[in-house]
Amino acid sequence: MTQTTADSPARRQRAQIKERTLRTDQWWRYPLITFIIFTAFLVYATWAIFDTSYFVSPYHAPFASPCLATSCPPESRLFGFAPFGDWYTLPPGLLILGLPAGFRFTCYYYRKAYYRGFWLSPPACGVNEPHSKYTGESRFPLILQNVHRYFFYAAIVVGLVLAIDAVKALIGNPTGLGTWILIVNAVLINLYTLSCHSCRHITAGRLNHFSKHPVRYKAWGFVSKLNAKHQELALISMFSVMGADLYVRLVAKGIINFPFA
Amino acid sequence: MSYKAKFRVWRGEGGEGKLEDFTVEVNEGEVVLDIIHRLQATQAPDLAVRWNCKAGKCGSCSMEINGRPKLGCMTRMSTFTEDETITVTPMRTFPVIKDLVTDVSFNYQKAREIPSFTPPSDVKPGEYRMQQIDVERSQEFRKCIECFMCNNVCHVIRDHEENKPGFAGPRFLMRIAELDMHPYDVADRKDSAQEEHGLGYCNITKCCTEVCPEHIKITDNALIPMKERVVDRKYDPLVWLGNKIFKRSSSKS
Repeated sequence: MTQTTADSPARRQRAQIKERTLRTDQWWRYPLITFIIFTAFLVYATWAIFDTSYFVSPYHAPFASPCLATSCPPESRLFGFAPFGDWYTLPPGLLILGLPAGFRFTCYYYRKAYYRGFWLSPPACGVNEPHSKYTGESRFPLILQNVHRYFFYAAIVVGLVLAIDAVKALIGNPTGLGTWILIVNAVLINLYTLSCHSCRHITAGRLNHFSKHPVRYKAWGFVSKLNAKHQELALISMFSVMGADLYVRLVAKGIINFPFA
Repeated sequence: MSYKAKFRVWRGEGGEGKLEDFTVEVNEGEVVLDIIHRLQATQAPDLAVRWNCKAGKCGSCSMEINGRPKLGCMTRMSTFTEDETITVTPMRTFPVIKDLVTDVSFNYQKAREIPSFTPPSDVKPGEYRMQQIDVERSQEFRKCIECFMCNNVCHVIRDHEENKPGFAGPRFLMRIAELDMHPYDVADRKDSAQEEHGLGYCNITKCCTEVCPEHIKITDNALIPMKERVVDRKYDPLVWLGNKIFKRSSSKS
């Protein structure tokens, strides 16, 4: 029998297997479902930007909050703040949607999901990707994903705004179904924001001596527990924000008009 | 209860080879490695397989079972149906020596490229004082049994052989994270993690975490925290400014 040695060329070859994968389970389900759900979300968000029924007192559709243009109804403005004057004629939702969208786009969970579902890099573990070259996030443009923590700072503000909207709804119509939908959505959005990997790093993840920073260590422990559910919170909050937004718009359009709406 | 299972096992040397069919007896409570041993004993005496502890602790019997990286000794036959054909191949990222045995020296090379634990020069052995909460993050990574299935499944090198020189793989990026988080390690590892060991290649698709037989949260607890540390160093102007203003050392905190 021929012996191979450590330096022989034969030792440098992988097993030549032609199949792209030998997996027998339904590995394609995850990328396919991801693709369908995210595409639906993108289509909805695009429609929501241009839809003008984003406010019906006391409800404010989350996709258009805060409303920063003078074209917004006065009640819908956050503390009356409207820095964009009459010269601004585009949909007001366009002004702020980039912040939560950027937060989700650069989120570590979403990156995993869309790299698998949209870019097939890889579509599933142990399944060959179709690209001949790969540099990942080491170069432009994907190196820009490192900006995630700045979107996290913005997402904290957006989460606070949604919480204020929920409180305003609670004051205006405490028994309204929409109020409670907005409250649940605000809680989920804020939990998702706090569970972020950048948040975990900022609270104390960057430290090497937890024992010297007991308060930050406690905060890190709390965020770490949330962080373990980051994927679930990302998906649930995506559905909740879409559902809450659609609900408010349907009430504003008069399509939903039962007494406790 | 016994039954006859259908197996397809990749057999060959130096990359050249093919899947060979076998029908082999399976008994209750057996694992895939038991079946491979039965094949050696009854039908293919020259079938090569690396194994040692049979308890999921030595990391020797890494292989791909139905296309998924697994330890042969920890994959129960009861997880398959009796009429299922079970395909067993060597790890696809590393060169084959023979049959199911691969040459994993790529990993030893990468291990050597990482500077070892570097304590402060004024602290002598025996003088280290650490609290449990300071080291328990790193201790999770010490559970690694070096089966190298994470490096095998990582598409950065699995699908792109050309990336091997510049990418240490999840196992050794985790090692860098372990040392960087260590309260007594003073070596600067952030720049080298990104520039020399290829942390930027990782697109956090979490296959390493999925296949880890020790259930180490490689991506969430090692790779992403390390990426965030690299952002502190290289891509965050606010952190840079804070370090300048408060005269903090940017290498260790």
